[in-house]
Amino acid sequence: MTPSERLDATFAALADPTRRAILARLALGEASVLELAEPFAMSQPAVSKHLKVLERAGLVSRSRDAQRRPCRIELDPLAEATDWLKDYRKLWEANFARLDTLLEELKADAATQPSTTHPTDLTTKED
Amino acid sequence: MNTPSNKLLVTAHGDREVRIVRTFDAPRRLVFDAFTQPALVRRWLTGPDGWSLPVCEIDLRPGGTFRYVWKNTEGTEMGMGGTYREIDAPDRIVHEELFDEDWTGGQTEVTTLFVEAGGRTTVTTTVIYSSTETRDAVLKSPMESGIAIGYDRLEGMLASEFAK
Repeated sequence: MTPSERLDATFAALADPTRRAILARLALGEASVLELAEPFAMSQPAVSKHLKVLERAGLVSRSRDAQRRPCRIELDPLAEATDWLKDYRKLWEANFARLDTLLEELKADAATQPSTTHPTDLTTKED
Repeated sequence: MNTPSNKLLVTAHGDREVRIVRTFDAPRRLVFDAFTQPALVRRWLTGPDGWSLPVCEIDLRPGGTFRYVWKNTEGTEMGMGGTYREIDAPDRIVHEELFDEDWTGGQTEVTTLFVEAGGRTTVTTTVIYSSTETRDAVLKSPMESGIAIGYDRLEGMLASEFAK
């Protein structure tokens, strides 16, 4: 999968409340399909279908050995998106607050050092 | 001075766009400089708390490139770069950008407009993402989307959702 396809798969997988609930359960520890189906009052095939989507997105892995094949949460795809976007709005509010301060300084500088390109008076002194 | 009209607006437009609008109490020429001169950009575009912008290279001409690298106190780096497509100083800049980590799933196209009125300047930045999913993830809170969450936050979020 390309990074773009991987992100699409991650977001699509997270768009469903049942799948988020399954991830929430798995965040507490491994669980079998049967154990996952129980609290959601869902059939095993229904849970399996959701698990397939989560597996495809790389958010869940299943152990191969044991008969019960417990499911496990995989956090890497989520971590990929980094701290950076934790709160997009807050990030820009912080950036722009600093820019406000900088602009005040620039305005003060401009006031004390008039620009040389400032148009000189149009009225000609005639002595 | 931060009058109510200097409030930051972040909104979704169309399928793949995010628009960021903010007014500054300064003439357009100064705001444009603050967005395009490396010595000035480095003083405000520093990102979240604890980060700085040690690398800021800008070749402001059509086809020219730029490169930003942010660094936090733990030494983690985050790089981003791109190419300018249109420069119409001090009105408008169009560029393409891509984070090194590519969490946006491909390049984004960014148009920045500078409009002055009564000595104040409104900057409108329109970002076009590669997909609706990426755009929505950028806009929604981390609680909703699951993107951009450190392990600690994710654990907390999942635990509270499970407790419902």
